[in-house]
Amino acid sequence: MSLLEVRDFSLEFRTRSGTVRALQDVCLSIEKSETVGIVGESGSGKSVLSFGILRILDAAAKVTSGSINFAGLDVLGASESSLREVRGREISMIFQNPRTALNPIRRIGRQIEDVLATHTSTLREDRKKKAIEALASVRIPDPERRYTAYPFELSGGQCQRVMIALALACNPQLLIADEPTTGLDVTTQAAILSLIAELARQRKMATILITHDLAMASEYCDRIVVMHAGHVVETAPTAELFRNPRHPYTARLIAATPAPEQSIGTLAAIPGNLPDLRRNDLPSCRFHARCDKAKEDCASSPLPVGPVRCLHPL
Amino acid sequence: MNVLDCVELKKHFPVGKGALLHAVDDVTLSIGQGESVGLVGESGCGKSTLVRLVTRMLDPTAGDIIYRGRNIGFIPARAFAGTQFRPKIQMVFQDPTDSLNPRHAAFDAIAEPVRRLGSAKDVGRAVAEAARMVGLPDELLPRYPHQLSGGQKARVGIARAIVMMPDLLVLDEPTAALDVSVQATILKLLAQLKRDLGMSYLFVSHDLNVVRMLCDRVVVMYLGRVVEQGPARELFQRPAHPYTRALVRAIPSIGGRPGEREVLQGEPRSPIDPAPDVCRFYGRCPQQRERCRTEAPLLREIAPGQVAACHYA
Repeated sequence: MSLLEVRDFSLEFRTRSGTVRALQDVCLSIEKSETVGIVGESGSGKSVLSFGILRILDAAAKVTSGSINFAGLDVLGASESSLREVRGREISMIFQNPRTALNPIRRIGRQIEDVLATHTSTLREDRKKKAIEALASVRIPDPERRYTAYPFELSGGQCQRVMIALALACNPQLLIADEPTTGLDVTTQAAILSLIAELARQRKMATILITHDLAMASEYCDRIVVMHAGHVVETAPTAELFRNPRHPYTARLIAATPAPEQSIGTLAAIPGNLPDLRRNDLPSCRFHARCDKAKEDCASSPLPVGPVRCLHPL
Repeated sequence: MNVLDCVELKKHFPVGKGALLHAVDDVTLSIGQGESVGLVGESGCGKSTLVRLVTRMLDPTAGDIIYRGRNIGFIPARAFAGTQFRPKIQMVFQDPTDSLNPRHAAFDAIAEPVRRLGSAKDVGRAVAEAARMVGLPDELLPRYPHQLSGGQKARVGIARAIVMMPDLLVLDEPTAALDVSVQATILKLLAQLKRDLGMSYLFVSHDLNVVRMLCDRVVVMYLGRVVEQGPARELFQRPAHPYTRALVRAIPSIGGRPGEREVLQGEPRSPIDPAPDVCRFYGRCPQQRERCRTEAPLLREIAPGQVAACHYA
């Protein structure tokens, strides 16, 4: 059985200006120690999906269908207290922009101890040693001294390392990394991603890497899930997805990503925008208005079930 | 004649107790007519300070900024807006959402430079012309930023920068806040504007794939100094400085393998009162030797048009 199994998950937000159909019939499964990338434009539902997996949703959110199963636990039906046992211990998350995710007025060592105190039975006197070990495991130089540092005293890359140390302090089975390197330099980005990949390998931990950078996903993920406007449009092993994209949106995304040696003339933008998800008459394929392969039935016929959710795949 | 020459430009900020932060140190670079120069380096390397010096929003500590043969470095930043040079050097800012006034419609955002720097009777015509050049339909001009998409806001940001027909356009990460789907359109627009208007670009970015596509020449900065400079193609194919090499190898690519990548370890040295005899890259450089600690390398020619500051390049 898969570690995480999301089935036909649909989610809406009730807002003053209408109901936003943020996710519709999303299916996703993650195996043990697998790295899966979720890619798509902003607004495609990548982050909302990961919040749904942890059930840390806004009060305006309403799950309208589907199920989420994590290692035998029914996430959508579970009590808040049993979920609290899972969050941070079995499933951890690293957020975009580490500087705002860390507590600015608490020493970083203390923040790691907080996690240990909440989720493990580590004795009070051992926590400091464990926290320093955690800082050393993410290669923070001079961890004994850094233990007493505040987030503002560290660089962006080091803050992200602290976030990783926090997330991995309890040896979770699943790590969700939501754009973990946005705002970091390319050189730091490479170091952070290699660190995540290496720690995941050592601990046999499954990872969900949420990113809008296809090139990055291609380097670090075993499998890639492409999202567009609240739909999962294609799921495939990484090499297969890039060699033979089946959904027109995937093909357009690949063509829009700048590659080395590419000239600007061959770079192709994706026309149009995401549809307004508040519309009552959302077409069954939400990409059809932007798609040059669209046919008449795309707006009305139900999408095929399976890894490629397109009526006329490439 | 070059559009811009910076000669041994320095900007040092006092940080208390007589200490100085060397944000920009002895930077010499030039931008020719119609040339686009990419400026790359990690955060904290002095890119933004250099941009603020060039656009004359900040006064240099020492050195010259020469626009078409005339030294504009000594004009105080606060007086620069009143000179004939302001319309000639314009800027496109990083985040189109943050850099547009939310209470100004697109028309007014584009019109503002004309009202301030040009003549009031030209406003309508100039705005229409700029909007046409960036592909912004007329019906969007009365809209406010929150009614525009990210790509449309980026176009407004570019339109207001070119409305005075500048010679030099300074672009600070113009596509960093955009999705890939939109990024391609904006890059093409920038390439086309350069071709049509013959403007020169100083293009700041940390996306090296983008720099490679759009720039003729690339300047690499590290900790306030230029460490390498050269034609874009050669620099990406044969990076000479170890830092440039690390930068180029850090670019993810579809089908690339992160395992083959040497990851740069450690943190940059402090920019506060840096030791004059130590290479700025010392401590992070995978190839450092004893000499790097006792003698700071100077820029020297590696190949025609390509210079690097490394003893062992």
